Amino acid sequence: MNIHMTGVGGQGIGLLSELLLRALSRAGMEVRGVDTHGLAQRGGVVNSQIRTGSGEFSPLIAQGEADLVLALERHEALRAVSGYLRDGGALAYYDAVWQPFEVRNGTVPGVSTEALHEECRRRGIRVVRVFRDDLPDSRMQNTALLGEVLRSGLVPGLAAEHVTGAMEDLLQGGALKANLGILGVR
Amino acid sequence: MKKLGDMLLGESPFQELVMGNTALVRGMVEAGVRVVTSYPGSPTPEIATAIASIEKDRRPFHFEFCVNEKVAAEVAYGAAVNGRPSVVFFKSVGLNVASDTFVQLNHMDIPGGMVVIVGDDPGAHSSQNEQDNRHFARMSYTPLLEPATPSEAYAFLLKAVSMAGMHRMAVMLRLTTHVCHAKEMVSFGGWSNPPRDDTPLFDGSGGSHIPIGAMVARMKKRAIERLKASHEPGLDRIVDNGNPKRGVITAGLPFLSVQDALAKADRKPDILKLGMVHPLSREGISDFLRGHSEVLVLEELDDFIEQSVKAVAHDGGISTRVLGKECTEDWIGEFTPGRVREILHRLWPDSVDAPVSVSGNLAAPARFPQMCPGCGHRSAFFAIGKALRESDITVADIGCHTLGFLPPHEIGRLLMSMGASTGIGQGLSLFNSERRVVAFLGDSTFFHAGIPGVINALFNNHRLTLIVMENGTTAMTGHQEHPGTGRNFNDPTDRIPIRRVLEGLGIQNISEVDTYDQKALTLAVGKALDAPGLSVVIAKHPCMLKFSRQQRRKPGFVQRYVEVSQDSCTLARECIDRFGCPSFKRDGETGRVSTNTDLCIGDGSCIQTCPSEAIGAVAPGKESR
Repeated sequence: MNIHMTGVGGQGIGLLSELLLRALSRAGMEVRGVDTHGLAQRGGVVNSQIRTGSGEFSPLIAQGEADLVLALERHEALRAVSGYLRDGGALAYYDAVWQPFEVRNGTVPGVSTEALHEECRRRGIRVVRVFRDDLPDSRMQNTALLGEVLRSGLVPGLAAEHVTGAMEDLLQGGALKANLGILGVR
Repeated sequence: MKKLGDMLLGESPFQELVMGNTALVRGMVEAGVRVVTSYPGSPTPEIATAIASIEKDRRPFHFEFCVNEKVAAEVAYGAAVNGRPSVVFFKSVGLNVASDTFVQLNHMDIPGGMVVIVGDDPGAHSSQNEQDNRHFARMSYTPLLEPATPSEAYAFLLKAVSMAGMHRMAVMLRLTTHVCHAKEMVSFGGWSNPPRDDTPLFDGSGGSHIPIGAMVARMKKRAIERLKASHEPGLDRIVDNGNPKRGVITAGLPFLSVQDALAKADRKPDILKLGMVHPLSREGISDFLRGHSEVLVLEELDDFIEQSVKAVAHDGGISTRVLGKECTEDWIGEFTPGRVREILHRLWPDSVDAPVSVSGNLAAPARFPQMCPGCGHRSAFFAIGKALRESDITVADIGCHTLGFLPPHEIGRLLMSMGASTGIGQGLSLFNSERRVVAFLGDSTFFHAGIPGVINALFNNHRLTLIVMENGTTAMTGHQEHPGTGRNFNDPTDRIPIRRVLEGLGIQNISEVDTYDQKALTLAVGKALDAPGLSVVIAKHPCMLKFSRQQRRKPGFVQRYVEVSQDSCTLARECIDRFGCPSFKRDGETGRVSTNTDLCIGDGSCIQTCPSEAIGAVAPGKESR
C-alpha cells in the first residue's frame, strides 16, 4: 500500500507519519517511509510517504500511484490528489485552511470543500473529511485525522492497538494522554 | 520503546525503525569513531539530532558543530592524523567550502582514518544546486561508497571506517537526500564499549605531512596506489534475473527505483548494483558487460559511472552496447521510481510499461515557503522596504532571510552561496554611483564565511550597506547554536557578539535595531544607505519559531493572538499585501480580513502596520473563533 501524507510546514506531518509508520510496523507489515525536511518546512508544502510491501523497493511513491492520501490542509489535499492519488483511491483530510499568499491577497481563488469533493467524485475517490471544533490545540489535528483513518478502515490491517502502541513509543506524559484522548479509540 | 540515546548505545544487537541519518550514528558508535564534526546543512543535520539524543558524558566520541565545513574537515583531520578515527559530515555544497582541505587529505598518512559523509541533493530539495560530488572523489583520489538504504548507510559506514583505518586514508560516504531521510527497519550489531587507546600517534618526522616541492609527487603517487588498493569488491552485488540480453548498472537510490519500475516488467534485465562507486571494479564491470548484449548505465545527475563503463568496454574490446544519458533532462533531477520507469520504458517499451499518468486536472494554488508567523525578518523586510528606492540593488545570502525575495517583499534579488552577499555587493557598487547596494547576511553565516567579505569592503574602501539579519540561531537547518549564541553543541561558551567583531574591525557606522521597532529600523537603514563607505545595520530579533516552541512547552501556557476589528478595518490590507503574515486570512466572498488562530502566535508585530489601527491583541484565554 502507498500512503502519501501532506500538509503545510508546522502542521505536524512529521509526527503523523512517524506514528503511522510505527503502527504499520506493529501490525506486522514491512514498511519504508520518507519525509521532506529543510526549507519546505518554513510554511511550504511538506510531504511524507509510507509504503508497505516486500523485497527491495523505494520509499518514494511514483505520481499517480498513491492508494491513500492523508492531508492536514484543504489546498494541499487537492494538490496531493491531483499529483499522487490514483483514480479510485481514497482521501482522508483534516479540513484546515492555511491560505497560500496568492489566495490571501485575492489574486487566486482558494479551494472550496465542494470543488475538492466534486473532483474526487469525478475520479471515483472515496473522501473522508475530518473537522472538529473541540480540539484544545490545532497541533492535534494530525491525531484527530489519524483517529478517523483508523475508524474508517482505510488502512486494512491497521488496528487501534497498533496506533496506541506507536503513540506510547513516541510520546510521554501529558502529550501522550491528550493525544490518546483525541484519538478516541479507548 | 527505549529512548533513542539508550538504543544507540545498546550492547546487544537490535532492530529499529530509523532514518538513514540515525543509522549512521549507531555505525559511528559500533565502529569506535572518536571524533565527529560538522556544519549543519540539509539533508544531514538529523545526524546531529541523533548524536544529541546520547547524553554528552555517555557519548563514546567527541562531537562539535564547527563554524564552517572547512574547519570541521580540519578538526576531523587533526584528530585522525593523531590516531583517532574521525568522521566529518555536511551537505553537498558544504564540500565546496571544505574542498581546500579535502582535496589534500589523501596526500597524507592518516593513522586514525577519516570518513567524510556528504549529503548530496539531487532535485535540489534544499540546496542552491544539485552538484554531483562523486567528481570530488575522483579529483582527490578518495574511495567513495554509496548506500541506497538506511541499512546500507549503517553497513557502509562501518566498512568506510574500517577501510580508512586500514589504509590510513580518507574515505567518502555519499548519501542523497532520500537516503538520509528514508526510514526502514535496520538490524544493528552489538557493541561492547571497549576501552580505547588514546595514545597520540602523530609522527611528522622527515616532513611527512608537508606537501611541498618533491614531496608532492611522492604523496600523490602514494594516494593513487592506495586508491587502487582500497577497492572492496564485496560492496557491489548482482540481481540476477537470468537475462543474457539486457543489463542495468546503477547505484544508490536509483537502484530502488529500478527495482520498483521493474516490479511488473516482463523479462527483467539483470542489475549490477554498485556500492563502491570510486574506484569502480573494472573486473566486475567487464564481466557484467560480457554477460549481456545491451547494458544501460542508470545514474542520477552526471555521467560519472557511464564514462568509466564505456572506458572499460573500450579497453577490453567488449562489443556490448552501452547506453546512458540520452538527453539533457537525463542529467537533471532525482531518479524517482516514476522517472526511472519513464527512462526504462523509453528504452525498452516491450518490457516496461509507461508510467501512470494522473488524471487529476484541478490544480491547487501554488504555495511557496514563507517566513513563520512573528518572524523578525518579516518586520525587517517591511521596514527596510520603506527605506529603499526602486533602483536599489539588494543581495541576499543563505538562510531563512533568503525567502525575502518572494512576494510581497521582493528584497534580496541575488543569491549565490554562504557569505557571498558582501563580495557580490562590492562588485555591484563598482562604476555604479546611481544604484545603492544592500547586502544581507544571517548571523550563523556571518561567522561561517561572511567575515572575509566584510573585511574586503574595509580593505578596499567599497561603498556598501550590510544588513545583518540576526535571529540568534541557525534557524533554517533546525536551530543549531553558533558562536554568537553563547552555547556550543555541548556546553555554554562565551558568546561572540557580531557588533563587537565589527567594531573591532574598525567599522564606524554601525547601528543595531530590534526589527519589531519598524520605524526605527526604517530610519537606521535610510541613514546607512546615505553613508559613504561601509555601513552596517544589525537587524535583530530572536527566531520566533524557536521562541514560540519553547513557550509552548511551559506549564500554563496560553496561546495569544491578534484580532482584526471588523468595525475599524478599512480593507487597506497592508497586513496581507505588504506585511505578508500568513496568520491573516481573506474571506473569499467578502474580502474581509481576519486571523487564522491556528497560525497566529500573538506577537503583535503586525499591529503597527495597519493604517486603520484595526489590529489589536486579544487577551489570553478569550476565544473568538
